[in-house]
Amino acid sequence: MTAPTSISRAAAGALRLMPPRRAFGIRGDTTFSILLGVAAGIIVLNTLLLLFSILERGMEAIVEFGPGFLVGTTWNPVTHDFGVLPAIYGTVVVAAIGLVLAVPIGVGAAIFLVELAPRWLSSPVSFLIEMLAAIPSVIIGLWGLFVVVPLIRQFESAVGKPLGFLPIFSGPAFGIGLLAAGVLLAVMVLPIITAVSRDVIRAVPQSQREAMLALGATRWETIARAVLPYGASGIVGAIILALGRALGETLAVSMVVGNTFKISPSLFAPGTTLASLIATQFREADTPLYLSALMAAGMVLFAITILVNIAARILIWRLNTGGRRA
Amino acid sequence: MSASLVIQRRRRMTDVAMRTLCGVAAFLGAGVLLLLMIHVVINGMAAIRPSLFTELPSPIGMPGGGIAHAIMGSAIIVGMACLWGIPVGLAAGIFLSEHPNPRVTAPVRFAADVLSGVPSIVFGIYAYIIVVTRMGGFSGLAGAFALGVIALPIVARTTEEVLLLVPSELREASLALGVPRWRTIVSVVIPTASTGLITGAMLAVARMAGETAPLIFTTLGNNFWNTDPTRPTAAMTLTIFQYAIWPYENLHQQAWAASLLLLGLVLVINLAVRLAARSRT
Repeated sequence: MTAPTSISRAAAGALRLMPPRRAFGIRGDTTFSILLGVAAGIIVLNTLLLLFSILERGMEAIVEFGPGFLVGTTWNPVTHDFGVLPAIYGTVVVAAIGLVLAVPIGVGAAIFLVELAPRWLSSPVSFLIEMLAAIPSVIIGLWGLFVVVPLIRQFESAVGKPLGFLPIFSGPAFGIGLLAAGVLLAVMVLPIITAVSRDVIRAVPQSQREAMLALGATRWETIARAVLPYGASGIVGAIILALGRALGETLAVSMVVGNTFKISPSLFAPGTTLASLIATQFREADTPLYLSALMAAGMVLFAITILVNIAARILIWRLNTGGRRA
Repeated sequence: MSASLVIQRRRRMTDVAMRTLCGVAAFLGAGVLLLLMIHVVINGMAAIRPSLFTELPSPIGMPGGGIAHAIMGSAIIVGMACLWGIPVGLAAGIFLSEHPNPRVTAPVRFAADVLSGVPSIVFGIYAYIIVVTRMGGFSGLAGAFALGVIALPIVARTTEEVLLLVPSELREASLALGVPRWRTIVSVVIPTASTGLITGAMLAVARMAGETAPLIFTTLGNNFWNTDPTRPTAAMTLTIFQYAIWPYENLHQQAWAASLLLLGLVLVINLAVRLAARSRT
């Protein structure tokens, strides 16, 4: 590895020692690397500018309401009273529903694709699931609104009759609501979980499986006790990646969540999420404070996704070091 | 003796049950996509007609009308976003892979990673602050800015990955011939990696064409024919979003038709990219 680099360094050094007629090449190098540096600088600049501009514009609302902005439960543009707790609640609940549905299906599908399915079956199925990732979220929203929501309404009225005494299944069956949004999110994050888990499981060394099978374990025992623990950190990484996507998803959620600003224990009730709140109200924001409150909601969303990413890195790091120690 | 038989039997049952469940999970996942595509194709085909591509929207509630303005608007916005986002992303990707000092590239890579984790609605807010409030109004330009920023990390990171696959012997052979570094990159490294670079760019185009959230309060949407990028501009995704939540059957059908077009575009791009990648390896 060091040899080629030193050779290329030597070549570059030789270039610098070339006679003056090579000066054009050197000047070209300088211009070229300046151009590349500018492009790289644009990425850094945009990232910093994005952080600071949203921070600056959201500050007004944060200063005005203080911590009350995070725990307040009213959102009233007329009286200028803004608190985002119901949107945070909705964001978390919807993402949780999405993951609860998508994680077992996604990991199960990944296990099937790598460990169980014959090749002629696994590549088309894996291809189909990956294509799901490419579908624009607005199309998933449209499909959700006209196809999934009616199904959910039927499901809600079927479940609500016998189990309606439980708070999470209480209330009328609207179809539109937290549950519908969670189901759509599950559809959207499924390909991420499947594709990443599949790669992780595929990377587990064959010797791990063989050792387990040689001890007389069944296929499932091999998967559950050798393959999955070995790939645990990668699979957790996939899930966190999916969580990040689920928290920030806007369109599909906004179209089916109902956009009602309240906290209700029922999964059947309409609610809202941070992203959906911003998307539906931004155009109507007619005063600086209202606009600032929406930007501050964006800040909260941004902060949550960054926290999730940090948590993911710490988790993966701990799993990795734990694995090495064992 | 019999106890161990019972245990054996339970183990075998668990094995069969769990393997079946995994299979069911895979078919559920693939089935969802098939179901979604079938719905979009059936509903879209039912609503698609030539006038959809040539006509402008009819007054709300009236029958007929088309989405020509949205197709044009999407082309303008995505085109402008490509014009700046892809070259800058490519150059930044070359910077990441060719710059020798990791202390310089690490912060750029980190910035790109942060940017790619940002929810797309936040890019909309960003473009609103940077472009819309400065220019004093909603415009296609603001949308193109937002989409370009989204494309930057995607193009930069795929470019970097692809260029790192180019064998260093090729670079060294060229440098040893006395070719300057920049000529080496332009004439040797980039052509070698061209399939991968195009793949990255196409994936970014597909992503941009499907984005809605960053456009809601940047390009705003427009019900009329408009080719002036400094004014509010329509887009396919915005049109689908609006038509879906308005209570008119005619508009719902047009939303399905627009979805079919968009889905076709995005899936064709992804398929082409996949086939290109397969032929490369």
